[in-house]
Amino acid sequence: MLEFRKDIFADERDDNLKEVGQPTQRQDMLGHVTGTSPYYDDHRFANLLHLKILRSPHAHARIRSIDDAAAARAPGVKRIIRAADVPVNLNTLLSLIQFGKDDEPSLATDVVRYKGEPILGIVATSERAALEAMALVRVSYDQLPAVFDVEEAMKPGAPSVNAAYPKITFEYYNKYDHQKLRYGDADAAFAQADIVLDERYQMSPIEHAPTETNGSIAVPDTNGRFIVYTSTQALFFSLDTSAKINAMPSNQLHFIGGTVGGGFGGKVDTLTEPLAILAARLTGSPVRYRLSRHEEMQFGSPRGGERIFIKDGIMRDGRIVARTVRAYFDSGAYTRLSSYAVVKCAAHIPGPYTIPNVSADVFCVFTNRTPATAMRGFGVTALDFALECQMDKGATAVGMDPLEFRMLNAYRDGDMKAHRREAKNCALIECAQVAAEKANWALRDEFRRMSSRQGGGAARAGAAADRSRAPAPAAPSHAPASTPQRVSYERPTPAAAPPRPAPPAPPPRSAMPPPAASPAGSTHGAPRFSSVFGTRRR
Amino acid sequence: MTINVKTFPRLADAASALSQERGARFLAGGTLVMRAVNEADPSIETIVRSTDPSFVNISVSSGRVELGAGVTMAAILAERELSFLHPVARAVGGPAVREAATVGGNLFAPSPYGDFAAALLALDATVMLAGGVGQRELPLDEFLSRRDRGAVLVSSVAFKRPASDAFRFVKVTRVHPKGISVLSISAQLPTASGRVSGARIAYGAMGPAPVRAKAAERALEGRTLDSAGVAPALAVAHDGTAPHDDAIASAWWRREILPIHLRRLLLGEHPPRHS
Amino acid sequence: MKTPIQFRLNGEEVATFVEGGANLLDTLRESVGDLSVKGGCWQGTCGTCTVLIDGVPRLSCVTLAETCAGHSVETVAGLRRGADLHPLQSAFMERFAAQCGYCTPGMLMAAKALLDKNPNPTRENVVDAICGNICRCTGYEPIINAVLDAARSDSRRRA
Repeated sequence: MLEFRKDIFADERDDNLKEVGQPTQRQDMLGHVTGTSPYYDDHRFANLLHLKILRSPHAHARIRSIDDAAAARAPGVKRIIRAADVPVNLNTLLSLIQFGKDDEPSLATDVVRYKGEPILGIVATSERAALEAMALVRVSYDQLPAVFDVEEAMKPGAPSVNAAYPKITFEYYNKYDHQKLRYGDADAAFAQADIVLDERYQMSPIEHAPTETNGSIAVPDTNGRFIVYTSTQALFFSLDTSAKINAMPSNQLHFIGGTVGGGFGGKVDTLTEPLAILAARLTGSPVRYRLSRHEEMQFGSPRGGERIFIKDGIMRDGRIVARTVRAYFDSGAYTRLSSYAVVKCAAHIPGPYTIPNVSADVFCVFTNRTPATAMRGFGVTALDFALECQMDKGATAVGMDPLEFRMLNAYRDGDMKAHRREAKNCALIECAQVAAEKANWALRDEFRRMSSRQGGGAARAGAAADRSRAPAPAAPSHAPASTPQRVSYERPTPAAAPPRPAPPAPPPRSAMPPPAASPAGSTHGAPRFSSVFGTRRR
Repeated sequence: MTINVKTFPRLADAASALSQERGARFLAGGTLVMRAVNEADPSIETIVRSTDPSFVNISVSSGRVELGAGVTMAAILAERELSFLHPVARAVGGPAVREAATVGGNLFAPSPYGDFAAALLALDATVMLAGGVGQRELPLDEFLSRRDRGAVLVSSVAFKRPASDAFRFVKVTRVHPKGISVLSISAQLPTASGRVSGARIAYGAMGPAPVRAKAAERALEGRTLDSAGVAPALAVAHDGTAPHDDAIASAWWRREILPIHLRRLLLGEHPPRHS
Repeated sequence: MKTPIQFRLNGEEVATFVEGGANLLDTLRESVGDLSVKGGCWQGTCGTCTVLIDGVPRLSCVTLAETCAGHSVETVAGLRRGADLHPLQSAFMERFAAQCGYCTPGMLMAAKALLDKNPNPTRENVVDAICGNICRCTGYEPIINAVLDAARSDSRRRA
């Protein structure tokens, strides 16, 4: 079943593994098969109240008035929760690490910015009573122009979405409107490349759709504290966020997570706990705030859609000499974690390939969609989809086997990455070789002999002038032993000009501009730069 | 608001309650009504049920089939005499849904649900209504055109048994083995001397209710079920359809694939494993 | 005005009062106290709430609770016999057929309904039996394999 190729990199590894390589049973598996694993809702309370939220039906609108008098009098209703009741009604999730401006209300005040945005809370003795009361609330709106496309949002004159970010994109260190990566001179390299491949990729928002919807139950404890049973994936993160929004010291909250009925990143946004706690404080009773399936789809945050443009300059022998990436993250109406996703994306460019000239611009853009959040490698997975499609197209363009094309361009130990870190412990070549072996995918001899530990560093920096290092590709329709799957794309017309001289070696790398952030946090230790914290001493 | 549940041993009394009680809704299997109740649908104040044995009766005689409106998909699957309907019943949800979903409920199920109703349309079924002045019988397509008006209670449906092998069905879904319809096609294709005589074709999810493809039926009359013979019917496959966009498929997609699947069904080509 | 209902739950008689329109899922969890049944959608579309009523699989979230009066209901809490796991439970453990575990109670009941009627199912039978149950974690293959394993081990035990 599981095979360990301990022959590979054997000299680099201390192989006295006890747990790795042995099957281990999940500690909660017995609970799962007996129905005893405790999810947040597996508790019963005699006087449990139910919180339901009235939500915006519009993507973008000004709230003119809210009339909740009839709802407040409706049978079973214990309390209406209005925006003015929320102690700290503006937050951003990453304020916990001082990253970003507070931009999102728990309950909308004057403007709603996405369909499903919370406006009013109704706490009642049953969900039905709360829903029936909700039908009695009268809200009048003035609809506003809305924008749903990242590039439309960035055009001059587009509707302003997020009041904290009037320039449409998230601002890094109050100065930069996007994440930027520059290495070498991509424009010059494109001019020298044999083939230029310029493509556009689009990912849709993806909803996690866990079988258990988001929810929490806040229960007054005896000494002014609250016990909160929650579906969150991020227990202390949710605790601190709830403490901030409720203006409570965090030691007044006792969060009990446990088993998450499917998270995948969709249960990190602390969607229900703050208002459940507020409702418990205002009523003195345990309160459950559970998303319905419809709310989970509409209001539950998705992985944001992304639009990614990748332009590659490729030599006829298969080497990628330049890569430019321009990417737009659709953060939806508020930041949540998209600011961080963009940092991760920029950090991942250009993929695990040594490319001497790289330029990237990655934007976190606000639109009138449901705010996006984490999902299974967010910030990286969509980019990888785009990068690897691009690699397949590049291979086709030069008439090279797609696996060999990747191996040719893969990082090797000692290569300098576009982020000015030396590549170490590279293994893409070895993984590709084993995968090819398993899939009966024929590789040419030179590629079966390749190694991540050879050919990197100085050898590659000068490779631009040394075309003999890369094996000449076989005729475009080379027939391998087996018949592997081929990706078929339209081939761009090859350059009509006669073979050019090799592109110049990349110009000396300019010093990275110092970031403009002020140091945050601790005050001793050597300065370190982090994309999230800026320059700080550790 | 509390909901009242009223159970009647006689279907006629249930029918009366349905028309007299405020906010009354008839509960058969519950897949539609209970969902609405769970979501606090304000239009439901009284749930009306019946335990009348005729409601769940299956009667199959040499020429005629009568199904009580409360007959479930599972009950149909358990009835060997109704094997021609098994592909349809099997396609209505998974096993738990089939134990609850009823013939009658399917008649009221909004598009894109209602594949069993579409099959009944292709079988030229009539609908028996309970209550009012005794029983009333009307053709299914007439019933479907006014199913949203007023409180009606269907007690049973009836149709003539199709000739063996004359009934065909395909349901196109995105999820297998069960899923909500992109579309479904039911066809009764009786032949005389190898030529189609009196075809009935009905579509599910190609309009607000199941719809007969009358132009296609006429175009098939007297023809053989081969490539050349079915071509005129395919040319008018869309007549009478008005598909809409929903979460399952766009109207455009439904229109695009309809003639492809109709062709495969008419030619008796094995429906592909993944439609 | 609440209606009293009495029914057999996992072999034991239970009784409770239900509001008009109460579904079986909420009744089992909140009135009777059987928290082993889980709810995913309250729409009858995900299968998480699957229980057995008189031996057949039913979606408890869209089942009117009072229709169970006098009938037999089985949930995953009743699967094991004391310390012994049901073969399905053991097979799910062996085959890693659960990750978050939320769909597991419904899956087990759907599978039990199958094996109780058909002790020698084909793979296609198993797929059909669980086709009404959504799993967002496992990709279904471990679950299908676990059900087939349970059928085989059961037949070996009875042989």
